[in-house]
Amino acid sequence: MEIIRPEVSTPHEADLAEGKLINSFMETFTSQCPDPDKWLDEDIRRNVLLTTVDAAVAWARQRSIFPLIFGTACCAFEMIAASGPRFDLSRFGMDIIRFSPRQADVMLITGTITWKMATAARMIYDQMPEPKWVIAVGACAISGGTFRESYSVVPGVNHIMPVDVYVPGCPPRPEAMIHGINRLHAKIVKGTIDNPNLALK
Amino acid sequence: MTVAVNTEETGKRIEEAIPGSVVSSDKGSLTVDSKTLAQVSEFLKNTPGLEFDYLTVLTAVDYLGYFEVIYRLVSLRNNQSLILKTRAYGRENPTVSSVTGTWRAAYYQEREVFDLLGIKFEGHPDLRRLLLWEGFNGHPLRRDYL
Amino acid sequence: MTIKTEQFYLNVGPQHPSTHGVFRLRLSLDGEVVTDVEPIIGYLHRGIEKLAESRTYTQIIPLTDRLDYLASMTDNVAYCLAVEKLAGIKIPERAEYIRVIFSELMRISSHMMAVGFYLNDCGAFFTPVLYMWREREKIIDLFDMVCGQRLLYNYMRIGGVSQDIPDEFLPAMKKFVAEMPRYIGEYNQLIKQNEIFLARSKGVGILPKETAVNIGASGPVLRASGVKWDIRKMDPYSIYDRFDFEVPTGDAGDCYDRYWVRIQEMMQSLRILEQAISQMPAKGPVCADVPQFFRPPPGETYGYIEAPKGNLGFYIVSDGSIAPYRLHIYPPTLINITALKDMMIGWKVADLIIIFGSMDVVLGEIDR
Repeated sequence: MEIIRPEVSTPHEADLAEGKLINSFMETFTSQCPDPDKWLDEDIRRNVLLTTVDAAVAWARQRSIFPLIFGTACCAFEMIAASGPRFDLSRFGMDIIRFSPRQADVMLITGTITWKMATAARMIYDQMPEPKWVIAVGACAISGGTFRESYSVVPGVNHIMPVDVYVPGCPPRPEAMIHGINRLHAKIVKGTIDNPNLALK
Repeated sequence: MTVAVNTEETGKRIEEAIPGSVVSSDKGSLTVDSKTLAQVSEFLKNTPGLEFDYLTVLTAVDYLGYFEVIYRLVSLRNNQSLILKTRAYGRENPTVSSVTGTWRAAYYQEREVFDLLGIKFEGHPDLRRLLLWEGFNGHPLRRDYL
Repeated sequence: MTIKTEQFYLNVGPQHPSTHGVFRLRLSLDGEVVTDVEPIIGYLHRGIEKLAESRTYTQIIPLTDRLDYLASMTDNVAYCLAVEKLAGIKIPERAEYIRVIFSELMRISSHMMAVGFYLNDCGAFFTPVLYMWREREKIIDLFDMVCGQRLLYNYMRIGGVSQDIPDEFLPAMKKFVAEMPRYIGEYNQLIKQNEIFLARSKGVGILPKETAVNIGASGPVLRASGVKWDIRKMDPYSIYDRFDFEVPTGDAGDCYDRYWVRIQEMMQSLRILEQAISQMPAKGPVCADVPQFFRPPPGETYGYIEAPKGNLGFYIVSDGSIAPYRLHIYPPTLINITALKDMMIGWKVADLIIIFGSMDVVLGEIDR
């Protein structure tokens, strides 16, 4: 969706504009986006000529994903532990965990998302180039977690953006996060060149 | 050990210096009238023997007839502590004078009390919402919210 | 040709690698020099104080874990201490010693994270963090052995702890305490004389003593400015008056002093751990008898401890029912960042990150 950036000249006006944007988010994103899970169907039609090329490209894509960590709370530290020396993430090619959306493939939402932060989350999701995937890590990102009844927590990040893999836990162990990443690899392998996300069908 | 100072004696000393300020001084805390709060805070910080130069907690509770603002003061030199309270009446516009001039520790805590409970602090240099955004409707920690 | 300069606003936004969480700084810059700083928080405000009004006293313990999520044992201890003070419950001896052991282990782990990420901000990208992580994984294994969780333990209960420590815990801990001083010596050897580190930390971000007391700072930030105030010594809670340890202070109040105070506090924690292991009773109950729907008498209290980040306190008002009437959490890191304006003005943007890293903030505690 288009986010309109207003012209502001003082910090106070910027605060007021931010508040209006957050209120508009609270009114717009009231229901969940549908999950892109068509890849679980067994009979996805493929064109015979492109099968080998598709398979090669999908193999290359899954072996070198650049993650973007949107770490707000506790789960971010388990993700950093997953990239540490004990539970090594670089054996899956995901060594470069950076904070910039412009060269990222997968967005790891780790931690509670509040309505105040939701505008930043959506902006960063829009700034990522296609093909892109989203992994929601932790109970707070899946459904709001312990804080679901609170007045300022988004009840699940799939209200704001479509999510591909959900990793439950509070916080999930690094082994569970690696399992979630492997499920994402299984999804990427089934994609084609012109429809890598399998989200459009 | 940080000893809680005797509230009745301290109440008498404050009443002598600033008449009409102390409302009650029993039950381990000292309740002061909200209009004289700035003078009482200066007195507590600068008088030898009291010297409360370190403000720790500043919070407020919503008892439905009134709001009660609570301050906990510590004197690092004499190793003593004191709990000071004041009341604000009314649901629409409860007001209390600010102690940010005396103890800068009150800067963020008063903003937070304004944000979550709606109590205004007169004399605060920059009273705005802290944790919630501009345009949020209401004050969540009040007992009649939601 | 005339050259014109203009002041402009820069947003060090909530999504940033060096802000240690979702913290936003609005800077006014004149070239590269900072003229005004405004911290903006609230991006992780989850409403824990409001949620606590509709949960029983035992159900609030997992909520308190999520405050300072890098030191969640001490969060639990502070809350349980406040409730026990309100109701006048006495804890068994063995439970007291177990609480002290876990608090000090948590202090070592939290300070290691603080120092590792501070060095990360100084420019040594990720190598110090991985060294610190090596030891932290050993401490996390000890916690995993006891309560099954790596990060958010939910181990303390009102009246003691939830379960007794297994038999293999004490030998593993003795081994850890014996080999830890060698690792701290290794870090000192690598870092302390490093020219770049000294040039970036010494004299940067000075917090004078009177300002530190006026803004109500606590923890290593206050002690690095020269004020010898540690609640474990000045106002002992639990059984801290039985142990012999020192309180390190700094003199200049700059970033280097804050780093050095944390390293020395880790050594003092190891001393307390050795004494606690030798003094602990071998057998005994680990929790007082407290009913499931616990109703404390009506009243109010403020319970506080010396957490790794500072003076963490809980203010509880009870009206005799199974849920508190009001719970307020006093966060040490929110009060510590009141001084950011004094410390940051006049420095360059690169120094801001170092000053902020030396304050050791965790956003879960600031925003609650």
